[in-house]
Amino acid sequence: MRDVAIIGIGDTKFGELWDYSFRELGIQAGLAAVADANLTGEEIDALYVGNMSAGRFIEQEHIGALIADYSGMARDHIPATRVEAAGASGGLAFRQGYMAVASGMHDIVVVGGAEKMTDVGDVQSNEIQATAADQQWETIFGATFPSLHAMIARRHMFEYGTTREQLAAVAVKNHKHGSLNPKAQFQKEIKLDTVLKAGPVAEPLGMFDCAPVSDGAAAVVLCPLDKAKKYTDTPVKVLGSGQASDTLALAHRKSITQFDATTLAAKRALKHAGITTADIQLAEVHDNFTISEILAIEDLGFFPKGTGGKATQDGQTSLGARLTVNTSGGLKARGDPMGATGIAQIVELVTQLRGEAGKRQVADARIGLAQNVGGTGATAVVNILGRVN
Amino acid sequence: MEVGIVSYGAYLPRYRIAPQEIGRVWGTDGDAMSRNLLIFSKSVPSPDEDVITISIEAARNMMRRCDVSPQDIGAIYVGSESHPYAVKPTGTVVAEAIEASPNLTVADYEFACKAGTAAIQTCMGLVGSGMIRYGVAIGADTSQGAPGDALEYSASAGGAAYLIGAEKVIARINRTCSFTTDTPDFWRREGQCYPMHGGRFTGEPAYFKHVLTAAKNLMATMGTKPSDYNHAVFHQPNGKFPVRAAKQLGFSEKQIEVGLLTPFIGNTYSGAVPLGLASILDVAKPGDRIFAVAYGSGAGSDAFDITVTDEILNLKQGVVPTVKDLVEKKKFLDYATYAKYRGKIKMREAAE
Amino acid sequence: MAVARFWRENEPRYNLTGSKCGNCGRLYFPPRTVCPVCHRKSIGKMEPFKLKGTGEVMTFSVVHDAPSQFELQKPYVIAIIQMDEGIRVTGQVIDCDPAEVTIGMKVQAVIRKLGEEGPAGVIHYGYKFMPVVTPSAEAPAP
Repeated sequence: MRDVAIIGIGDTKFGELWDYSFRELGIQAGLAAVADANLTGEEIDALYVGNMSAGRFIEQEHIGALIADYSGMARDHIPATRVEAAGASGGLAFRQGYMAVASGMHDIVVVGGAEKMTDVGDVQSNEIQATAADQQWETIFGATFPSLHAMIARRHMFEYGTTREQLAAVAVKNHKHGSLNPKAQFQKEIKLDTVLKAGPVAEPLGMFDCAPVSDGAAAVVLCPLDKAKKYTDTPVKVLGSGQASDTLALAHRKSITQFDATTLAAKRALKHAGITTADIQLAEVHDNFTISEILAIEDLGFFPKGTGGKATQDGQTSLGARLTVNTSGGLKARGDPMGATGIAQIVELVTQLRGEAGKRQVADARIGLAQNVGGTGATAVVNILGRVN
Repeated sequence: MEVGIVSYGAYLPRYRIAPQEIGRVWGTDGDAMSRNLLIFSKSVPSPDEDVITISIEAARNMMRRCDVSPQDIGAIYVGSESHPYAVKPTGTVVAEAIEASPNLTVADYEFACKAGTAAIQTCMGLVGSGMIRYGVAIGADTSQGAPGDALEYSASAGGAAYLIGAEKVIARINRTCSFTTDTPDFWRREGQCYPMHGGRFTGEPAYFKHVLTAAKNLMATMGTKPSDYNHAVFHQPNGKFPVRAAKQLGFSEKQIEVGLLTPFIGNTYSGAVPLGLASILDVAKPGDRIFAVAYGSGAGSDAFDITVTDEILNLKQGVVPTVKDLVEKKKFLDYATYAKYRGKIKMREAAE
Repeated sequence: MAVARFWRENEPRYNLTGSKCGNCGRLYFPPRTVCPVCHRKSIGKMEPFKLKGTGEVMTFSVVHDAPSQFELQKPYVIAIIQMDEGIRVTGQVIDCDPAEVTIGMKVQAVIRKLGEEGPAGVIHYGYKFMPVVTPSAEAPAP
């Protein structure tokens, strides 16, 4: 297995992008990444695309072929593969692309993620997001995707004394970070009180505890590390990658206040990278709901189980702290176009590790971790990146 | 062989609405309606309840009281005028939900408010002829009255299930007899939401003619008089008709007291006499004799002469709610919530 | 029209019938064809197992933002129930005010309409949970 580097990144703004179609978004991000890697396009050996549900959002399957075609690569007949794991589609696609290069199978690989969620109405969008849960044994009984996370939150509050204020602190922090990110969907800070008083979605979660519906795409270019300097002065190395699965339905987990898939994916990635959590300065985690970030920072091993709420409330994951979580604004403020999110996390880490994050730069960022989750934790993937020089 | 009731079960939804609340919306004197009909409240089903769920709950309560294996049930008949499907029987879902399927016969019945008792008669025949070992007869409804119409004050929801057999019979059905004519007092055409009725025509030529005749015929056949019975239950579209019928036949108010539920839960249509009878069985002692006369518009009456046996003491106590428990478990709604639950508000059609 | 997709699972939805692994005895709901612990040793040995229907609320949420088929019932309570047999089931808690639901509350399963495929479509039935009622013992009339 050889070392792999990221030599180019690109992303669109995230938000309600009425003017752009799915394929236009995918191409925008892809071309930006290819340009960033100083490639012409002919060097690309393979394409991986993370996408959750184009079949239901825009009634289009066969996404690998679609993106390859409209980005001009189908003419060269490169292998194009679509990867799906609900919200973790992007992170898994990255891992697949990484494995393709690490194994020696391919040299230059583009991994993208894209989702177009606003071509359907709100009600349909919620129903499509719920396909990440167990349709036969959760959704049909009335368990909406937010309500499953709300049930996790309530149990977390019951077992560990986590408060609504601590949940809200996640949203406030991420909006603060998002206000420093020109590509974020929401660039305004919000007050704790606003979060607490927002209309209920599924108690105890309200409107501001939930990531928005977004359109967007992101892409990265992978290359064997020993060839990276040909293309860029600032390659970022993939230090480790780990992935894990768990039961589809939340009720079947060993514990419902812990995502074992996250814990195991992290253990595997850290082992692969040969590091511990103490070596990490920044993490992009999957905060599709405020409770999800609290679980993430606990399950990844950054904070003991049950203390994630207080840690966030005390600022231990804000810019300036020893560990900064979601400098991009997270899913909450940057936006969450399902299949694109996992790649957007990588793009943010690379930006930070290159020292190009401007107002939201983490000082001396050397190693970053991205955690991408599918469903209520049935899939988790952790990718760890490191500065090369 | 002695054919009769082996077990029984009842179910009522917990929501209620008062006549005053209905009158308030339609500009009618709700107090006066309440007095005229002798109805203080009626039961309202939740949006997730219908005749199928009510029938299943009643049937499950029936099974929990006894030790009969559901696989020994040879027939299930559900009588209602508000079956959830016009075509696809309520009975098949009940059969699966009480684990009686697949080796049995099933059909749905309709005869306005006497569809449940018609089902009892059918089961009596199948058991008595040796064709089946046990039969289940259910009367249940989630009846609707047109907004503002007199029937809206009384049409309610509920049901009861009867296990008919010839072994360990808790109440022997000594005899049943019926009186049936083509009388259009109350009807609903296919595709119509709400029934129509003939106003005062529903009284003398309909309810009273059939109930009184069937009752007199039964007592003549059995050689009995009203005082021979401990309890009596008559069909009860409101709180007044059964009292008048009882009086005209010579039954006392005390005799019909236990079985008279309409004042509290409204007219549960096919569930009315089955629930009234269940209320009586909840308190009946061995040796008690019960007189029951159901009435269905269209029209017909089924009358039953029943004797409670010692076996009733072997029925499991305290395992399922009594009719009294169900009547007393209640929560009142305002008219808007009632209309929402009953599908009386025009909702937007879902876009595909 | 997903007629077969839901018909196929009538039995577990109506009667809370899950599986018991014939190899290790573990219980599962919904039914499974293979035990995740015993793997191949359990193939062909998974037996139907009916849950009693009683349990307690392990966690819950009051849902305000609901899909169209739950329009008439919102806000409603969704919960994860820890069944007496030790396994968990996801379902609604009904027949009480959402404000009355607590973690640890004892519930029993009942059958209700889950939804329908439009006014002309098939109706789906299945379990929901209500607070346990203690029925009064019947007594003969004085």
